[in-house]
Amino acid sequence: MVGVVSSSPLISVRGLVKHYRVPIRPPGLGAAMKALFRRNYKVVRAVDGIELQIAAGERVGFLGPNGAGKTTTLKMMAGLLYPTAGEVRVAGFNPAERQPDFLRKIMFVAGQKQQLLWDLPPAETFELNRAIYGVTRESYRRVLDELIAVLELEPLLEKPTRQLSLGERMKCELAAALIHRPTVLFLDEPTIGLDVTMQAALRSFIRRYNEEHGATVLLTSHYMVDVASLASRVLVIDHGRLTFDGLLADLVRRVHPYRRLTLRLGEPPARGALEALGARVVSLSDGVAVLEVGEESLKPLVAQALETLPVVDLTVEEAPLEDVISELFTRRPGRPDDGERRERDGDRGGGDRSGVLEPATVETRSEDRA
Amino acid sequence: MTVAGARATASPPPATRRRARGPLRALPVMLRVHFAEAIAWRAEFLIWVLAYTLPLIMLALWSAVAREAPVGRFGEREFRAYFLVTLVFRLLAASWVVWDMSFQIRQGTIAARLLRPVHPLIQFAAQQAAAIPLRLALATPIAAAAIAWVGAAAISHDPLHLLSLPILLAGAWAMTFLVMAIIGSLSFFWESALGIFDLWLGFYFLFSGYLMPLELLPAPLRAVGEWLPFRYMLSFPVEVTLGLVDRRELLQGLAIQWGWTAVLTIGAIATWNAGVRRYSAFGG
Repeated sequence: MVGVVSSSPLISVRGLVKHYRVPIRPPGLGAAMKALFRRNYKVVRAVDGIELQIAAGERVGFLGPNGAGKTTTLKMMAGLLYPTAGEVRVAGFNPAERQPDFLRKIMFVAGQKQQLLWDLPPAETFELNRAIYGVTRESYRRVLDELIAVLELEPLLEKPTRQLSLGERMKCELAAALIHRPTVLFLDEPTIGLDVTMQAALRSFIRRYNEEHGATVLLTSHYMVDVASLASRVLVIDHGRLTFDGLLADLVRRVHPYRRLTLRLGEPPARGALEALGARVVSLSDGVAVLEVGEESLKPLVAQALETLPVVDLTVEEAPLEDVISELFTRRPGRPDDGERRERDGDRGGGDRSGVLEPATVETRSEDRA
Repeated sequence: MTVAGARATASPPPATRRRARGPLRALPVMLRVHFAEAIAWRAEFLIWVLAYTLPLIMLALWSAVAREAPVGRFGEREFRAYFLVTLVFRLLAASWVVWDMSFQIRQGTIAARLLRPVHPLIQFAAQQAAAIPLRLALATPIAAAAIAWVGAAAISHDPLHLLSLPILLAGAWAMTFLVMAIIGSLSFFWESALGIFDLWLGFYFLFSGYLMPLELLPAPLRAVGEWLPFRYMLSFPVEVTLGLVDRRELLQGLAIQWGWTAVLTIGAIATWNAGVRRYSAFGG
């Protein structure tokens, strides 16, 4: 459950566009000489017309393959990048202006970038941030004591940052970014490179911060478990476009509207007997059969299986999230399975903007060098 | 237990007042923390400072030249005094912000500074200024040794000269920092901004009095140097310390130095802002 969600949008994004002009040059000496006089550019549409609204207190996860535009979108919301077109409002501010009052409301933590002073213990960065954000000593002490308790920072405070492990550094990065009690948290791959225990600890902390303070959390991650456990609302971005905005469960149902039915059987059945049930046989070995079945035909199929097969045990699950996401990002329009899948879906779950992923829009042009 | 405590109960000051007071209020802590950082780098810092041997080499060279006969107003003793004071002032007025800035821009770690509610140039300035006490600790024994070697008579006894020295040193430091900040900000535009700094350094060596007293330069070069900022970054405070300028020239030089500081401040802010606009437009 998300902490405290307000109905009015805290973040409003309209027609957001970010285009980059990137120089391109084929390999070889000739191309290098040519590039001295005439340089070719391509315009990469990193973000291409995103519209969304996020209420205060929501936890929102951005999903998308590498280069989809997730981080670019997040950076525009945090004010690190200016949009090429469109409008972003966060807590009533235009982030691109980076007004001090706006910066005091937000935090941005990227798993691969750090703000901790490398040669000093993390406590010094905390104190520096206290002064820079104008946090009173009393409030700082209270916030820090609680961060120390929840993130178990006590043994780390006096060690130079350079001697901390990646996970320890990440915990301290989070603490440093929370000293001023931000109400909007931008987290770009916050668990990258961490072991599973540390990932779980950070996720639990972020969830708790959201629930106790009603902070809004926007998160990108390649770890599906991050998104699954933290974000009830998921935004799928691909080729700079928002292709899905809704609940994770809906995304799973839309992309992969089948359940996995695992049957443990008293005696190995004939494949034909399983296929006769009308389900796709995913695997069959050692008396365990895994079937894929549409949601609407699940009940009759289970009844039929119990009646006709020597079933010892039976489980029904959603498809693994990793498989769903992998399927989502490998689907492309025009591929035979895509059309077939949409037809089989019967466009169930319509009403969202999910489904077709469009190809990258890249313009190439050349211009004389000034 | 709550994660991060209750909201601060005191009502915040008006935004405008807070904007003006924020960086000033934060400054003592910024200086203290960055001083701790400079202490942590002490070994690296010492090696870096020891690399400032050029004035000592110049001292040996010019002393040898002056052994037969003085060069202009400079005999052996005057050269000794000139280059030792040059070494001390170079140690005190130096900065390394161009490398820091350039590195952070190329690595993308500059984003952390951009997201703090204090202007990044103030953050960089605090970091650089915090190392001055450490520099002073290194420069003081050198200055004491210099006075013992060349005699206190080589130093100006005019109280106005001596009183103006802290202001001149502050100006020299500020000019060095600002020039480096301008060139560092060019890293937003070009990866080779450090090459521009190397070019700048070539002119600095020639026109700042680092290699020789400016009055020994050929007349046309001296005339060019008059219009450039380099003299006020090093040579002018040295000339004042040694009493090579009179009171009228001192006041005129102070005005020029702080005029340059104002121009460079505007230049640094403009270059930084343009750079950040580009960074924000093209990504980090």
